[in-house]
Amino acid sequence: MSYTFDFSDLGVYTEVLVHGLVVTLGLTAASTAAGAVLGIVGAALASAGPRWVRGLIATYVELIRNTPFIVQLFFVFFGLPSLGVRLDEMQAALLAMTVNLTAYAIEIVRAGIDSVSRGQSQAASALGLTRTQAFLHVVLPQALATVFPALLSQVLIVMLGSAVVSQISVPDLTYAANFIQSRNFRSFESYIMITAIYLILAIILRRLMNVCGRSLFSGRRR
Amino acid sequence: MKTLKNLSAQQQPRGFRLGKAWAGLTTTLAVLGLLTAAQPSHADALDTIAKTGVVKIGVFEDYPPFGSMGTDMKPVGYDIDMAKLIGQALNAKVELVQVTGDNRMAYLADHKTDMLLSVGETPERDKVIDFSAPYAPYYLAVFGPRALPVKNEADLSGKTIAVARGTLEDLSVSKIAPASAVIKRFDDPNGAISAFLSGQAQLMVVGNDVGATIMARHPAIEPEQKFSLFSSPDHVGLNKNEARLKQKVDEAIAQAKKDGSLNKISQKWLLVPLPATL
Repeated sequence: MSYTFDFSDLGVYTEVLVHGLVVTLGLTAASTAAGAVLGIVGAALASAGPRWVRGLIATYVELIRNTPFIVQLFFVFFGLPSLGVRLDEMQAALLAMTVNLTAYAIEIVRAGIDSVSRGQSQAASALGLTRTQAFLHVVLPQALATVFPALLSQVLIVMLGSAVVSQISVPDLTYAANFIQSRNFRSFESYIMITAIYLILAIILRRLMNVCGRSLFSGRRR
Repeated sequence: MKTLKNLSAQQQPRGFRLGKAWAGLTTTLAVLGLLTAAQPSHADALDTIAKTGVVKIGVFEDYPPFGSMGTDMKPVGYDIDMAKLIGQALNAKVELVQVTGDNRMAYLADHKTDMLLSVGETPERDKVIDFSAPYAPYYLAVFGPRALPVKNEADLSGKTIAVARGTLEDLSVSKIAPASAVIKRFDDPNGAISAFLSGQAQLMVVGNDVGATIMARHPAIEPEQKFSLFSSPDHVGLNKNEARLKQKVDEAIAQAKKDGSLNKISQKWLLVPLPATL
């Protein structure tokens, strides 16, 4: 058990690593924004929409939550071109990540909406608010405050799970490490490096979003 | 020999057993000694082939299109046709010996085969075996759809190229591609091939063996070979000190090149004509 670390070779690949970091962060940010919005809309429809819409959303959620992410990714990247839909690797990764996060977000937010007692919306309509107003100003903020930690965890899972997009040649952090170790054969150093980067990213992201969450939902959490 | 000795021991009265066994052992040793002594003056491989009328040729059977199992469970491929050609030249019956990359050098050294096919020449191998003239092209090449004009490395500019990461394919094309070329690196050759076939990459770099197999299966998108990158042709590998056999094999290869039969084999299995440089 003796291994001599040699990080000296990594210097020349700084650009590759930084580029990978930017790609990973960009994909995470974009899919989080899209996934959160779509998740909220989906959850609202899943709890109050017409029957067929609820059925459709339930099918979508079950389909995505019960298949592996990497298979969804390959389906979009390698499969869809056969149907004439050609997305490049970045678009395919973004689509697969968003579709995946949305499915989980719908379930999480829906659980939050369910947890808000019916008395709240009844009181809101008694005060003269329309159903939409009641949902947006009374139910949703309380629901989001409750499920915020779960949602945050899901975002981190998506960010860490984005490592597999390197499989379709998206130049993310993992791709950078794979590339570096295929060139300098220092696989231990390459992977330990990105492990540390992922870890730091996840910690920073969690702290940052917790701060956001506290200021957004201050006083709303029960 | 062993069975004989055991038999005789059982049939003989007790007192004789030791003496008989001893005599048997001595005989065995003597015969072994003779065999060893006979080795240097032992007839060369060409004489043995002429005497037995059989030439044993080591081929891969899991390496299409050079050698693989046909639908009738008989081996087919470039090397199988080449073996037949050698058999004709030596006027001997061909006995195909299935080998693997790991065991084939040992098979050759132990005379379990008289020669091996699909051997690329390397300095390490040069030390232990002899090589015939090259008989089959092996090279890495850029493949792309017929409609896309790519003739040389400068034409790669602005194109997307799929390769398996860290392979010779990756290293060779990374070295020559202009900066504006986008090299998409996948975990394994299958990823790169899928990306190319689904149109996610305009070009791919694979060996001519893989390229030929793909061209044979996907005529619809019409992939073709654009230009080659790295060449390491296949030779017939022979034991050292078999100059006469080597000469016969070289003659057979030269003849097959001249009369066009080797070109026919190349067209049939690699779907490209035999390179003039071979």
